[in-house]
Amino acid sequence: MGTVVKDHTLGNQTDAQLARKADEMRLSVAEMTFRSKAGHIGGSMSELDLLTALFYRVIDTERMKNKGPGRDYFVLSKGHSSEGYYSILADWGFFPKEELKTYAQYETRLMCHPSRKVPGVEIGTGALGHGVSVAVGIALGLKRQNRGGHVYVLMGDGEQAEGSVWEAAMAAGNYGLDNLTAIVDRNHLQISGSTENVMKLDPLAEKYRAFGFDAKEINGHDFGEITGALTSRTPGKPTAVIANTIKGKGISFIQNQAVWHHKILSEEQYEQAVREIKERLGDL
Amino acid sequence: MAGTVACRKAFTEELLSLAKEDASIYAVTTDASGSVTLGDFAKELPGQFVEMGIAEQNAVACGAGLSLTGLNVFVCGPACFLSARSFEQVKVDVAYNHTNVKLIGVSGGLSYGPLGTTHTTLHDIAQMRALPGLTVLLPADAAQTRALTKDLVRFEGPAYVRMGRGAVPDVYAPDETFEIGKAKHLYEGDELTVIACGETVYHAKQAVERLRAEGRSVALLDLFTLKPLDEQAILDAARKTGKLLTVEEHIVNGGLGAAAAQLLAEHNPVPMRILGLPDEEIVAGESTELFPRYGIDSNGIYEAAKKLLNA
Repeated sequence: MGTVVKDHTLGNQTDAQLARKADEMRLSVAEMTFRSKAGHIGGSMSELDLLTALFYRVIDTERMKNKGPGRDYFVLSKGHSSEGYYSILADWGFFPKEELKTYAQYETRLMCHPSRKVPGVEIGTGALGHGVSVAVGIALGLKRQNRGGHVYVLMGDGEQAEGSVWEAAMAAGNYGLDNLTAIVDRNHLQISGSTENVMKLDPLAEKYRAFGFDAKEINGHDFGEITGALTSRTPGKPTAVIANTIKGKGISFIQNQAVWHHKILSEEQYEQAVREIKERLGDL
Repeated sequence: MAGTVACRKAFTEELLSLAKEDASIYAVTTDASGSVTLGDFAKELPGQFVEMGIAEQNAVACGAGLSLTGLNVFVCGPACFLSARSFEQVKVDVAYNHTNVKLIGVSGGLSYGPLGTTHTTLHDIAQMRALPGLTVLLPADAAQTRALTKDLVRFEGPAYVRMGRGAVPDVYAPDETFEIGKAKHLYEGDELTVIACGETVYHAKQAVERLRAEGRSVALLDLFTLKPLDEQAILDAARKTGKLLTVEEHIVNGGLGAAAAQLLAEHNPVPMRILGLPDEEIVAGESTELFPRYGIDSNGIYEAAKKLLNA
């Protein structure tokens, strides 16, 4: 079965501009987690290039915001990595950027795991293995009603051990949901260590293929590869994108360490992280 | 009047009739179109029917996803699995996300008694009552089920409905009307109020009629909405009759009796007795065998009421 590239007016930003945007969001994540002493910095950093490509190149985010006809949907199944997601929603004006300061604070709607009270959030997530089922339901609902729009769901790799992920995958394959793209932020680390030590996941792409997906494995920090994978469609099949990423990407001293799943930066570490990101942004 | 229609059948007939006029009504099931009696729905409206296989977690969460595209979703399956296997999906994707999903648990309570404890549903009122924003209903008979199905189609928000498997004798006339959240008064009285829900309403009605024939002034309240609780009706009953007897096809922990007792303990403690299943493994048997065994049939209710009246 041939792979076709979605006919979509992609955002006209260059890869370099996207990389810059992702770093702006990383800076926001560092600020939010440092200020609140809460959150999940590792997975937020690993997923940010994927989210940036989605919201600034692949998805027509303005249409999503206005709930226009044929608009796309996004579900963050790995709900714990909300800081980058919130930063992007605020950047697009779903809610004021100023509100990011309330992240994880008393009575905030910006809880560590997203809630539907937050404009732009389709479904509250945080209990792993749910978002992908909800995304399957949205995709099936759109298909049955002959509505356009594509559904993207981002999962964690540790999340793949949840049985409900595979119930959802089976249903997506069964119903030939070619309007669904399931992305796995494959950073190879979960809270207690290497995913392969906690519960072996490989070969992950093969598992998705066996469930009826067109599965691709990419470098989740290469905007060209990300764009290609997120815009490709195979008629009659859902798409799975196993995006190999680096947990903590963009802050040298937290990269590839399980302990940074949800560790909080010290003041000194925060300053160093900000310095690294700002150096890349050319702001220093 | 003997009933010949099971609540689940009344529900699916009504849902099919409503869905023929409204393409947004969807039925989702878990390899349970036979148990739920969704066969005609699946055949006549295949575009509004979704088979999810034996995967309750995915069925409930997918139901939430379908509802986010504007559909009016009824996720239907055996209550034992729908309530327990998918409870986190019910909590997160339906209750806390407040999605427009109706969860229809069939063959609940002791309906599958001979099949063993894997198939009993004696915990669902307690767990569903603990979820904010979730409406919980236990219809008593086919007429009430039909009426509530019509209401649920128009009802915006999440709900859990438990019904039994077998045909139950009619309690209500076909044209009776109900309001979700308002208990139904079947008999007024001064000495004691019996409060029942679901299939126990019929048994309670038999018991109350026997007591009334003996000259006792006993009231009967059908508390078909377990949540939101009709607090006023319970408090009025306590004030008026001074004694309460509750009966439910549910473990005595956390169900109808516990809800009423909690309310009365805070506002107006009165002598009361809670009839239900004990906190122990239930023996195998048909409902017709188990209701008498555990004292929730008309005779058991009658005896408990007599004791409370004479206390």
